[in-house]
Amino acid sequence: MAIHTFIDILKRALDEEMTRDASVHLLGEDVAAGGAFGVTRGLADKHGATRVRNTPISEAAITGLATGAALAGIRPVLEIMFIDFATLALDCLLNQTAKYRYMSGGQLTVPLVVRTQAGAAGGAAAQHSQSLETFFIHIPGLVVVAPSSPIEAYGLLKSAIRLGEPVIFIEHKRLYTMKEELPQDFALPAIGKARVAREGTDVTLIAYSAMVQTALEAAKELESNGISTEVIDLRTLLPLDMDTISQSVSKTHRVLIAHEAVQNGGMGAEIAARIGAELFDELDGPVQRVGCPFAPIPFAPELERALLPGSHHIVQVARRMMGLESV
Amino acid sequence: MYRMLWRIRLFEGQVQRLAAAGEVPGFPHLSTGQEAVAVGVCAHLSREDALYTSHRGHGHILAKGSDLEATLAEIIGRESGLCRGRGGSMHLVDVRHGVMGATGVVAGNLALAAGAAWAAQAQGKSNLAVAFFGDGATGAGVFHETLNLASLWKLPMLFVCENNGYAEFTSRDEHSNVNHVSHFAKPYSIPTKTIDGNDLKVVHAEAAEAIASIRAGHGPYLLECMTFRMAGHYVGDAQQYRSKEELAAMIEKCPIERLKRHLLADGVPATVLDAIQVEAKNEIEQASLRARAAARPDPATVMDDVYTSPTLHAISG
Repeated sequence: MAIHTFIDILKRALDEEMTRDASVHLLGEDVAAGGAFGVTRGLADKHGATRVRNTPISEAAITGLATGAALAGIRPVLEIMFIDFATLALDCLLNQTAKYRYMSGGQLTVPLVVRTQAGAAGGAAAQHSQSLETFFIHIPGLVVVAPSSPIEAYGLLKSAIRLGEPVIFIEHKRLYTMKEELPQDFALPAIGKARVAREGTDVTLIAYSAMVQTALEAAKELESNGISTEVIDLRTLLPLDMDTISQSVSKTHRVLIAHEAVQNGGMGAEIAARIGAELFDELDGPVQRVGCPFAPIPFAPELERALLPGSHHIVQVARRMMGLESV
Repeated sequence: MYRMLWRIRLFEGQVQRLAAAGEVPGFPHLSTGQEAVAVGVCAHLSREDALYTSHRGHGHILAKGSDLEATLAEIIGRESGLCRGRGGSMHLVDVRHGVMGATGVVAGNLALAAGAAWAAQAQGKSNLAVAFFGDGATGAGVFHETLNLASLWKLPMLFVCENNGYAEFTSRDEHSNVNHVSHFAKPYSIPTKTIDGNDLKVVHAEAAEAIASIRAGHGPYLLECMTFRMAGHYVGDAQQYRSKEELAAMIEKCPIERLKRHLLADGVPATVLDAIQVEAKNEIEQASLRARAAARPDPATVMDDVYTSPTLHAISG
């Protein structure tokens, strides 16, 4: 059985979806040549230059163009090379793409997937390393997906393309070289459903994207401390799967949310508020968060390491929650 | 076409009256005085040609074939409106007539129209996309990005600029040194013309030529129509930034008066033209009565259509 990197498996998912559905088209800067990370390499040769289309560096226009094409029956998969550049396309994504179905009274839908890449992975610095998912989870009409591994990315990308809604699909660049074996029998995951990545009974640890891998490492270490950790991989950030969270919290009564994005106003704040409002009686203590301190991502590797939340932060907070470490 | 000019003129007049009476929520923007551009261009479009307009789009939509009553019902926020009262004056969509959208954010419609043009090209269809915009949109980066893309990919797209000389409240010479919007098309090798947008005969003939060029596969075309905004930027704008002389001159420039002079000179009897005006007035009155009598949206439906799939309605908090 073949072992795939994250990059290869994304290519495979795109290739299969383009073969399955002739309306799927790829757009983006350099995509015909493979894109900045080689995800689309070879697809232009196989599916033709019309269906794998290089664009100028015009994020606002290409996002508008992809949205207009989606409204006209194409299923575009638009690559925005770095999520930091999606800021140039926010007028379209927030004011047009997200609201089209609603504003038109249900006449139109926008079956568009915006693949973009986020997170810090060594020296990309402040404008190429951000985790900006909260910009999007605030906007009604969008769907936000953040896969945590190659297998997850394969299934979620295929599901996102088939969904028929505007999806912001956020890939973490640190995962690009991660390898996994793709199982033969593979059921596509439903968009909007989280998964339990590891079962446990003492603490619910909620994460998404690359932070799930960090959370799994932390869970292993916590096990050696006698703490049983349940890791929830959100998969979809918008909409949020409160059912899966609720089931886990009812079992563990303690919640820790971890993400690479700045902690202030982040995904964790929303989840903590929902848990506080809906599951307060289940809690044995306050919901805790681990996120990035309130600073831009620095350039020098030792500064970047110092800033980013890692498994040792998660372990420390989880031990404190269990009364194993003083505050 | 004379009838359509009157329909739009009187429709906008009715919107203005209803707005003054407090029956129109929000900020309606009127196209009074710019009717000839809408009518002269849309006369050449089929239902399958995609129309993307701006915040000042009532005229374009009516000229494309949208129903008077359903359009007015939308503008006054009724369930029977084109968008079930979800869009309003600045977000009119009528898919049945190829009205693919209007955007309240200036220049936001241009790239969407390019997307419709690219879809037609990729799907091997012969349709084109038309984007109407004001001269104010040329200050936005996405205007230039879209010109570049449309030219590069030879998209079947007609850019129609209604140059009314004002970007909201500021005259053109205060916001750009480029006198004519057509000048922006030249560096991108997009064929362009600056024409008298208040003369329906001119607009009709020039739009025919532009659209023939696009349908023949020569790529995009930019038509700059010099026109005149007879109303303010929005209903209620006192227009203190315009001189009395300027406002008086617009009567002379009125596209309806001008077409009337052409038609009378061609021997069309005045009684026929007067009858068309009366019929248009009756149509608008009837449409207005029905639209105003229509049901308002049920507040219980406010969450409809955020997503296609009901299972995605998860953020309830």
